Amino acid sequence: MTDVVSSPAGVLAKPARRDIGIKRRYAAERRFRAYGIAALSFGLLFLALLLWSVVSKGYTAFQQTMITVPVEFSEQIIDKDNERATDPQKLVTANYPLIARNAVAKVLGVAETDRSGLRAVNQMISDGVRGQLRDMVVANPQIIGTTQTVSLLAAGDIDSAFKGQIDLSVSENNRKVSDQQVGWMNQLAESGALGKHFNTGIFVNGNSSRPEAAGVGVALIGSFYMMLIVLVLALPIGVAASIYLEEFAPKNKFTDLIEVNINNLAAVPSIVYGLLGLAVFINFMGLPRSASLVGGLVLTLMTLPTIIIATRAALKAVPPSIRAAALGLGASKMQTIFHHVLPLAMPGILTGTIIGLAHALGETAPLLLIGMVAFVANYPTTPMDPSTALPVQIYMWANEAERAFVERTSGAIIILLLFLVVMNVGAILLRRRFERRW
Amino acid sequence: MNMLSEAAVEKALDKKMNEVAYKMIGKDVSVYYGEKRALFDVNLNVRENTVTALIGPSGCGKSTFLRTLNRMNDTIEGCRVTGKITLDEDDIYDKEIDVVELRARVGMVFQKPNPFPKSIYENIAYGPRIHGLARNKADMDQIVEASLQRAGLWAEVKDRLHEGGTGLSGGQQQRLCIARAVAVSPEVILMDEPCSALDPIATAKVEELIHELRANYTIVIVTHSMQQAARVSQRTAMFHLGQLVEENDTDKMFTNPDDQRTQDYIMGRFG
Repeated sequence: MTDVVSSPAGVLAKPARRDIGIKRRYAAERRFRAYGIAALSFGLLFLALLLWSVVSKGYTAFQQTMITVPVEFSEQIIDKDNERATDPQKLVTANYPLIARNAVAKVLGVAETDRSGLRAVNQMISDGVRGQLRDMVVANPQIIGTTQTVSLLAAGDIDSAFKGQIDLSVSENNRKVSDQQVGWMNQLAESGALGKHFNTGIFVNGNSSRPEAAGVGVALIGSFYMMLIVLVLALPIGVAASIYLEEFAPKNKFTDLIEVNINNLAAVPSIVYGLLGLAVFINFMGLPRSASLVGGLVLTLMTLPTIIIATRAALKAVPPSIRAAALGLGASKMQTIFHHVLPLAMPGILTGTIIGLAHALGETAPLLLIGMVAFVANYPTTPMDPSTALPVQIYMWANEAERAFVERTSGAIIILLLFLVVMNVGAILLRRRFERRW
Repeated sequence: MNMLSEAAVEKALDKKMNEVAYKMIGKDVSVYYGEKRALFDVNLNVRENTVTALIGPSGCGKSTFLRTLNRMNDTIEGCRVTGKITLDEDDIYDKEIDVVELRARVGMVFQKPNPFPKSIYENIAYGPRIHGLARNKADMDQIVEASLQRAGLWAEVKDRLHEGGTGLSGGQQQRLCIARAVAVSPEVILMDEPCSALDPIATAKVEELIHELRANYTIVIVTHSMQQAARVSQRTAMFHLGQLVEENDTDKMFTNPDDQRTQDYIMGRFG
C-alpha cells in the first residue's frame, strides 16, 4: 500500500502499521508443509513396508520344486490282470504314488527291500502325483508299460527345505525333513533332477490340504463370477436409482430420509450384509450355500450405496447450463439426461463403480457368513456351484499350519493386489477416455 | 408454417406495416418462487418480427418474464406462474400444450455460451434430430449449413465442423448457440443477456446477427446494456421491482419516456 493519509494536523504522514506478524505467518506455512510431508512419508513408509513384507515372503510361492525322473508306467502295478478294457475304473483307482516312489527310489538307489528308506522316499513326493500320473494315463492308456520322463511334484516340506525355509540346524527329531531326505534332495539337485520350476499350479489348482498342490484357481473363478454379478446388478440399479433421486424425485422429507439412509448404508459394517444375505438369500429364498451367486448378491447390496453416492455426485457436477441448453432446444427431461447429462457424468460413475468393485473384490467378512469359506477343490461350472473367493482363500491359508502355506498366503495376496492395481488403473484409463472439457 | 421462405417473410413484413401483429401476448402474468412473488400482473405483448428488449435493474424480473415465454421456469422447483400467455392464439400454459413442442417453437439463447461438449456439427444437429426435422444425412447437412450461415459462423467453421464446439472462442460459441437455436426453426428466439460474457467485438457481431435474424424471427432480448437495447431493438420494456414500468418504441423510450422511473434508469440514476 502506498496510500498516504493526511493526519489531523494536515501534515502528510505514513500510516502506522499494525504488527501483523509476517514472519509468524510464513513460519506457520512452513510448519504446515512440514506436517504434510511428514504425514506423506509416514504413509509411504508403511506402504513400502507392507509391499516389502508381502513380496519378500510371497515371491517364492510362484516357484515350485519338482523332481524330474524317468517313470516306468508298470503294467504290473497299474493293471496287473489286464482289466482296463472292461473296467475303466481300474485306471482311475490304480496305485500311482507307488509308481512315482519306485521311480525316485530307483534314481536314488534305494533297495526295494529297504522299507523305511522307501517310506522316506515316499514322503519326498507330493500325494498330488496321484492325480498327475492318473491324468496322464487316462488321457493316453498307450503309455502303460513304457517309461516316460515326468516332472513330479515334490512334497511341501521338501519344497520348503529346498527354498531354504526350514532351519536345518534344528535337531532332526524336531523338523519335518530328515537328514537322509536332505541328503537325497541335495543329491537330486546336483544331478539336475530336482529343481525349481514356475508354479502354474498356484493359478489353476483348486484348494488342497497339501500346500504344494494348492492353488487359487477356484477362488479366481469364484471372485470373477461375483465381480460379474456385482457389475451386472449394481451398476444399472445404482445408476437408475441415482438418476431418479437426483433428477426426478421431488425434494421432500421422504427423499431426504432415503438419502440419509443411503449414506448410512455405505458405512454399515460389511459383516451385517453377510447376515442379511444369510437370512434372505439362503434361509428365505433357498439359494445354495457357498455359491458365488449368493456372494455376488451380497456384495451387490454392499456396493450399491457406494455406486449411488458416486453417481449422484457425478450427476450433480454436470453444469446446469448443459441441462438448460438441451431443455431450451425442446429435449424432454429423459432426452436431456440420457443424451447430455449421463455421458458427462460417465467418468465419475465409472470411477465410483470400479472403486466399489475393488472394495467388493477384497471383501471377506460377508462371504464367511454365507459359507464361502468352504474347502473347494473342484472348479465351479456355474455361479450356483460351491466356490470360494480370493480374500477368503487367503484367510483360509493364513490359518494353515504348514510352512509352505505361509509363502502361498503371501503369494495369493500378491495376486489379489495385482488385480486391485489392474482395476484401479482401469478406472483411471476409463476416466481419461471419457473425460471431456466444457 | 415455414418461416424460412422469402414469401412468408415479405408477407410478415407487409403485415407489420399495415397493422401491429402480436406474436406473443402476456396477460396479467405473475410468477411466484415459493412464497416470494417475482412478477406482478405483467401485461406485455411481443410484436412479430420485432426485437423487443427487456431492461431494468438486477432482480427486477425481466429474466423471469423471459423464461415464462418458453416455460423454462417449469424446471425451477417451487416456481408458479399465473395469468395467461399466448403464442399465436395458443395458451402456452394450457394442459394440452406440450412443453417440448413449445420450446421447439420458442428457442432460447443463454447468458453464458453453453455449447454441448460435442462437435460443432453435433451441436447444431441435435435439435433437428430430436424433433425429426431431417429425413437423411443430406437433409441434416443442409440444416447445419443453413443454420451456421444464418448465425454468420459458416465461413469460420466450415472446415472444422467435426471439431469440438467448446474449442471455439466465446463469441463464436455464442453464435454457435444461436445457430443451434435457429436449427430447429423456431418462431420466437429468447435471448437472456447473450452478450454479457463477450468482448466488444464479439458483442458487435452478435448484435449485427440479431439485427439480421429479425427478418425471420421474433426476438425477445434481456440486456443490461442501455446502448445495446438502443442499438438492436425496436421495442423496449422496462421492468422494476417485478412490475412492468413502461413498454414503448425504443426511440421514444430513450429520448422521451413516459415514466419518470424509466428516465431515471436510462440516465443511470439507479440500477
